[in-house]
Amino acid sequence: MSDSPVDPEDVRHVAGLARVDLADTEVDEFTEQFADILDYFEALDEVPEVDSEPELVNVMRDDEVHEGLSQEEALQNAPETEDGYFKGPSVS
Amino acid sequence: MSDHNVFVTESTVAGDDAGPLADRTIAIKDNMSTEGVRTTCGSAMLADYVPPYNATVVDRVLDAGATIVGKANMDEFAMGGTTETSAFGPTENPAAPGHVPGGSSGGSAAAVAAGDADLALGSDTGGSVRNPAAFCGVVGIKPTYGLVSRYGIVAYANSLEQVGPLATTVEDAALLLDVIAGPDDHDATTHDRAADSEYAAAADGDVDGLSIGVITDLIEGADDDVVETFEASLDELESQGAEITEVSLDSLEHAVQAYYVIAMSEASSNLARFDGVRYGPEGDREGNWNDSFAAVREEGFGPEVKRRILLGTYALSAGYHDKYYKKAQDARAWVKQDFDEAFEEVDVLASPTMPVTPPALGESLDDPLQLYLMDANTVPVNLANLPAISVPAGDVDGLPVGLQLIGPKFGEETIIRAASAVEE
Amino acid sequence: MTAQAVEPTEHAVVIGLEVHVQLETSTKIFCGCSTTADDDEEPNSRTCPVCLGLPGALPVLNEGAVEAAVKIGKALEADIPERTTFHRKNYYYPDLPKNFQLTQYDAPICQQGSLEISVEGTRRAIGITRAHLEEDPGSLQHKGGSIDTADATLINYNRAGTPLVEIVTEPDFRSPQETRAFLAKLEGVLEYLGVFDSTRDGSLRVDANISLVDSEAVDDDGSIDDDALADANRTEVKNISSHKGAEKALAYEVTRQKNAVRRGRGVETETRHWDESRGITVSMRSKESEADYRYFREADLPPLEVSHWKEEIPIPELPDARRERFESEYGLGSEAASKLTSTKSVADFFESVAESFDADLAATWVADNLLGELNYRDMEITDVEGRLEEFTRLIELVDAEELTVKNAEEIVLREMLDEGEAPETIVDREGLGKADEGEIEGFVTEAIEENPDAVEDFHNGEDGALNFLVGQVMQKSQGSADPGSVNELLRAELAE
Repeated sequence: MSDSPVDPEDVRHVAGLARVDLADTEVDEFTEQFADILDYFEALDEVPEVDSEPELVNVMRDDEVHEGLSQEEALQNAPETEDGYFKGPSVS
Repeated sequence: MSDHNVFVTESTVAGDDAGPLADRTIAIKDNMSTEGVRTTCGSAMLADYVPPYNATVVDRVLDAGATIVGKANMDEFAMGGTTETSAFGPTENPAAPGHVPGGSSGGSAAAVAAGDADLALGSDTGGSVRNPAAFCGVVGIKPTYGLVSRYGIVAYANSLEQVGPLATTVEDAALLLDVIAGPDDHDATTHDRAADSEYAAAADGDVDGLSIGVITDLIEGADDDVVETFEASLDELESQGAEITEVSLDSLEHAVQAYYVIAMSEASSNLARFDGVRYGPEGDREGNWNDSFAAVREEGFGPEVKRRILLGTYALSAGYHDKYYKKAQDARAWVKQDFDEAFEEVDVLASPTMPVTPPALGESLDDPLQLYLMDANTVPVNLANLPAISVPAGDVDGLPVGLQLIGPKFGEETIIRAASAVEE
Repeated sequence: MTAQAVEPTEHAVVIGLEVHVQLETSTKIFCGCSTTADDDEEPNSRTCPVCLGLPGALPVLNEGAVEAAVKIGKALEADIPERTTFHRKNYYYPDLPKNFQLTQYDAPICQQGSLEISVEGTRRAIGITRAHLEEDPGSLQHKGGSIDTADATLINYNRAGTPLVEIVTEPDFRSPQETRAFLAKLEGVLEYLGVFDSTRDGSLRVDANISLVDSEAVDDDGSIDDDALADANRTEVKNISSHKGAEKALAYEVTRQKNAVRRGRGVETETRHWDESRGITVSMRSKESEADYRYFREADLPPLEVSHWKEEIPIPELPDARRERFESEYGLGSEAASKLTSTKSVADFFESVAESFDADLAATWVADNLLGELNYRDMEITDVEGRLEEFTRLIELVDAEELTVKNAEEIVLREMLDEGEAPETIVDREGLGKADEGEIEGFVTEAIEENPDAVEDFHNGEDGALNFLVGQVMQKSQGSADPGSVNELLRAELAE
């Protein structure tokens, strides 16, 4: 939360949160670019607090069943499936 | 088809036999779901993705009789202003060979400019319909937020984007807008308006008594010859009866920052779904879901997309949310307020669509920040949820220049009318 | 295993619950897919672009889910604020189609409610901090082992998008027993509202937060020192799916934690997984340092302004009130009243029956006979709701002495349930109708003629012989005679 430029650790931390692997060269490149960009974004500190009302409210649909996708359609773009399931990586 | 790398996929989908767009061909930007036709968003992540459903706007143009001729090239996931971040190669500007067509809807604008399609649909998050329209010398409209359904449009920044028409004339663009506009049960942000619009009829060129406010803040950063061309256009409008005044909007100084913080934050969340499980590139990946997801996303996304996802994640993260995201929302509210006040004085606002003429291919890719600054004239309109049109105003040494007209909320008819006068 | 009451040792137990309830709407919360799974449903056969998280899909809110949430808020005496909004909770997991969950954050639809529980005669009000709407993720199967050892995950998104209400309590529980009482009561209330079905697999999921604090930090009335609670270690226990399970899991935790303290090991702040089959909690490793969910408002869903719905939407009489009314209005004992208000359907059925008969008769027939037979057959009152009229006629037959109670209970009612036939049909076929007097007199004469030894025994003063003759007549009449009148008729004839 300080004004000091962003460092490679910050970039790595954010890449972890965003689940995007980065090569070391990318980490360095992004660190430099982010410092400039975030510096530019600092100007937002000057902006006053302004409230705004929402445009629409209470947009809802009836609790009625509509046709969806077949199993085949649901699976058609999956890189890996098994017996009608999507197959993904382990979770431990 | 012309040789400008306009399409990612050439594919014909015939529309109904009759309708307002019968016998017209249309290019669809490749971030709009077309059932059975590959929809890539200009990205390796979706190189083989075939949607099992149509976007609402696609259904509407087919019902109106148009024939789809292809999926138009674009900046990857709509992030860019030159169509150079596409995983399928850049598109060349048919009106200015060797130069970019603009972006992110560069393929859509180029298709129309080259005559590869009569009409095109693009999407505009921070200028992505108006920018390529200006650079390719065609007409492009960004509707009021909520006028047109976004169902089926792959989201980049969902609080900012709208689908918009591109065509060679104002009347054609307005006709296409008539077809796609109107509420949709699948999109809870659409307004109950314009189901029976007559925008095409508004292209009557009558600007007698119309008051036009020139936004001085957006002239200052523009190239001199662009401004010259822009002002010549305004003189033309004045001779047809329009009243030209000057307007200054203080909030615009922070518009680009606010836009990018909001857009990147939303993008970081909208693109989280790309993890290789339900769709995405094939691959043999090691490790658990964290490792696997990170590997897929590293492979599937280009550098600009990665940059925006990371910056957006940063802006939303604990400790930074209030400083960046919340402040950006305040700036946005301020911009809206500024525009509302301006429209109490004038009927439409005007500026050059882009501060520069179309850069040469390859020129813009080194400095991301410089590229963001090019959006200064278009992003305020998305922040304020307003409608705007870009209409050809002339050229500088053969490089097209566009005039942008901004209207009050749901004031599409007014800007269409004014733009049609520029055409003459 | 029953929980121990809180002993006056050096530690007191503080528990708070997060309860996830699946709503009984027809469709999912943000799309028109059905929430009903057919038996043998194929995986990924009940999805659409929205609940599958396809690129370009957009959520549209189900009005039925909002109504259900308002009813819950009303029943829990909570506030429904002027404006309520939806937020994205951003994290990555294969059961999340969008890798964010649509939920509510700083403006939930219900706030500041309470629910009273009664444990061993003591009543306490449990504070409800908030209740909010959110979407259910999909379901995972761990291929090739358990969650720890699997090498791949099989994912089914049929469940994804089912509407959930998450109810968060204050840390007001002081024993595992209290949590069970709360959950049982909550289920009853939700079921009465028609928004919940406890028989549906996975319809209730509970996470508990439990801390051991110094006894001195807890007052006699159960209120606790905020600082003491903040300082205490907190264990989260996940994967509880029933009110009984809650009591067992938390009783186990209390024992485990107290033992750890006694052995000088201390208790970590961690998340543990309740393993019902083994009856233990297990530490969940790889639970990262606090996740950063990067909450922000969902722009695709306009805000809701539905505080006025609280007045406008009616809710039915709730279980406690109904039970009390049954006691006073029908003069029923508390046990009978409880049985008859166990579910709203039973209560409704009873009241319909009680329109035609004396309350005690109706209560006996519904609470003892009908519920007993249904229970034995694994049936529910909802299976026979449409046959109220037939059931009423059965009782009428008994009331008018056209059918004996024994035959009605043991033959007719059972066959009605097993064969689905009308009572009259069964009575005719089995010949159970009240025999006419002439027929009985005939049987009496026959019995006397056929059993001269018994007659002689009777005349010699053996009353037992009369019972034998009564039995003979009963047999001939196939039980349709009334034993009392048969007895009188025999005496009369034998006296001649």
